Amino acid sequence: MSKGKRYGAAFVILLALLAAFLVLNVCIGSVNIPLADIVDIISGAGQNNTFSDIVRDIRAPRACAAAILGGALALAGYLLQTFFHNPIASPFTLGISSGAKLVVALVMVAALGYSRQISSWLMIFAAFVGAMICMGFVVLMSRVINQMSMLIVSGVMIGYICSAVTDFVVTFADDSDIVNLHNWSLGSFSGISWDNVAIMAVVVGIATLCVFLLSKPISAYQMGEAYAQNMGLNVKLFRIVLVVLSSVLAAAVTAFAGPVSFVGIAVPHLVKSLFGTAQPLLMVPACFLGGSSFCLLCDLLARTMFAPTELSISTVTAMLGAPVVIYVMIRRQKEK
Amino acid sequence: MDKFYFYTDQLTVGYNGVPLIKNIRLELQRGEILTLIGPNGAGKTTILRSIIQQLAPIAGVIWLDGRQTQELSRNELARQLSVVLTERVKPELMTCRDIVATGRYPYTGNFGRLSAEDWAIVEESMRLVHITELADRDFSQTSDGQKQRVMLARAICQQPDIIVLDEPTSFLDIRYKLEFLAILQNMSRTRRLSVIMSLHELDLAGRISDKIACVHGDKIERFGTPEEIFTSGYIPRLYQMTVGSYDELTGDMELPAVSGRPDVVVIAGGGTGTGVFRRLQRSRLPFAVGVLWENDLDYPAARALAAEVVSVPAFAPLTEDKLAQMRLLIDQAQSVICTLSRDKMTGSAAELAGLAAYAEAQGKLQ
Repeated sequence: MSKGKRYGAAFVILLALLAAFLVLNVCIGSVNIPLADIVDIISGAGQNNTFSDIVRDIRAPRACAAAILGGALALAGYLLQTFFHNPIASPFTLGISSGAKLVVALVMVAALGYSRQISSWLMIFAAFVGAMICMGFVVLMSRVINQMSMLIVSGVMIGYICSAVTDFVVTFADDSDIVNLHNWSLGSFSGISWDNVAIMAVVVGIATLCVFLLSKPISAYQMGEAYAQNMGLNVKLFRIVLVVLSSVLAAAVTAFAGPVSFVGIAVPHLVKSLFGTAQPLLMVPACFLGGSSFCLLCDLLARTMFAPTELSISTVTAMLGAPVVIYVMIRRQKEK
Repeated sequence: MDKFYFYTDQLTVGYNGVPLIKNIRLELQRGEILTLIGPNGAGKTTILRSIIQQLAPIAGVIWLDGRQTQELSRNELARQLSVVLTERVKPELMTCRDIVATGRYPYTGNFGRLSAEDWAIVEESMRLVHITELADRDFSQTSDGQKQRVMLARAICQQPDIIVLDEPTSFLDIRYKLEFLAILQNMSRTRRLSVIMSLHELDLAGRISDKIACVHGDKIERFGTPEEIFTSGYIPRLYQMTVGSYDELTGDMELPAVSGRPDVVVIAGGGTGTGVFRRLQRSRLPFAVGVLWENDLDYPAARALAAEVVSVPAFAPLTEDKLAQMRLLIDQAQSVICTLSRDKMTGSAAELAGLAAYAEAQGKLQ
């Protein structure tokens, strides 16, 4: 089967990209570290302590976070596109990221007020609450609005409202840590520790596994709700599960990296084109791998393009992702 | 009672607890075709949606193969009943074969992988519906008629005992309508597949259905064989037709007749006149037709379109009073059209030639 070969080749490409970007992200930076040293550091035979610290404490966790969160973001986008039968749905366009951002900002400011450190779990939980609130609103809107484009417009509006409130909160929160908060609210993978990585790996890992196990019902849902129901799918339950899973994924990303735009739309689309299919069984792992590579690349560019100034991650993802979205919309229009 | 494969008992359907159609009693044997007909908005789709469990019935029970459908698990129901709906399917990057293969969903394992046996059933379903040549085409690039056949193949691929279709022929041209219904008929006769569908095409409904249910008002007004349903004058009543006419026997429909004193007289028969009648109707000219035997091919159209029809019972001789009536009409008319050639007007129709000659003598024959 030539199809099988194509899928195999596509997976090899994605894995190779992921490996390559992981290595590049660890090697390249304000200090370039040769590959040989990295091998030494990983094997524990490194002598250069500065290099070792940079790799172990800064670059490796950051690269891992970019890979995990990038995958989560792409997967969340894929789920939302399936859920709304809308090719440009994503956590960002539907305002879900911004909702998560708002609640996290509120919790952070409140915690800073009491000068308490907030745990990663609380951050994720806050983001999840925010994501669910916005998701609930968008789901309600989708009952009223049948037009795909109007749903996105309402999502974008929600996003603006949430962002505006977040900016308001951040502006008037008086604390020295505000700079961090500001960076975070623009989206960044910087300052992530191994502890963070462990937690996000658990959350995203479980959610991704659940999504993968749902490949079959997702394939039924792609046929539309009426047919899916006749195929034996419990549509109501499935919709709830889909909403929760996509919110968890979007929340994990927002809690650690802030809102990251366009990955959720661009990656699933690119991956579909690469594979030539939309089969969930292939798309779920492929979107994850694609999202990981995409975010690693974007983070690499964000760090290095104007070093030592670091760009926010959304700046880069938007520049690479937005053209893909425009292309998708134009092609859709042609199909009609 | 249990001898029916499918039946509904005191079924009441509607939305949000508001009954739309009450006390529905439908009965169907294995391998029979049941068609719902009725005016737009009568609730045909509501009934079908209730049957396929997408809408909870307000009251009553639906029995399928001796069990209540409400008690079947989703998967059990999916293996027994499949659907072709009006909902548009817009899948991404799926070939027609992929679409058909989704019919295997109730039979596959946790990851939905199809076995070689499943793929064989997919191919067989496509062959039955004559879409094998579409198999590798992108579904979104096919025509409406092709899509509809792919969806039928998908439904067949689900290997149901009963298939429910909501207006399956609406977007098909005449060739595909007939092909589509022929496939359904073939499946019902050779594989004992039961079919429940709604149709707008009354003529086709009368030809393919074993049973017809007429949805009207808040009930099933009639349920029975096509012969029992299509009695003279029923269809205009069912659809509350205010203009035009429908011939239950042939399925022909005609626009309203032009009434008034006949300006034109047509001498016709054997199907030669129907086209002329319709042309006169389009010109808004009242006309009379005669003398026609009541079993003549032109008779139904004449009844529907002419201001006046002079007729004699089937196979009866033409009587002098009818001929006199015709001569009077010719006297009053401005022109006379005879669609019969002289060599046809022989034997028992010889008097018609006399009428034509009578008109010619007045210079009215065209």
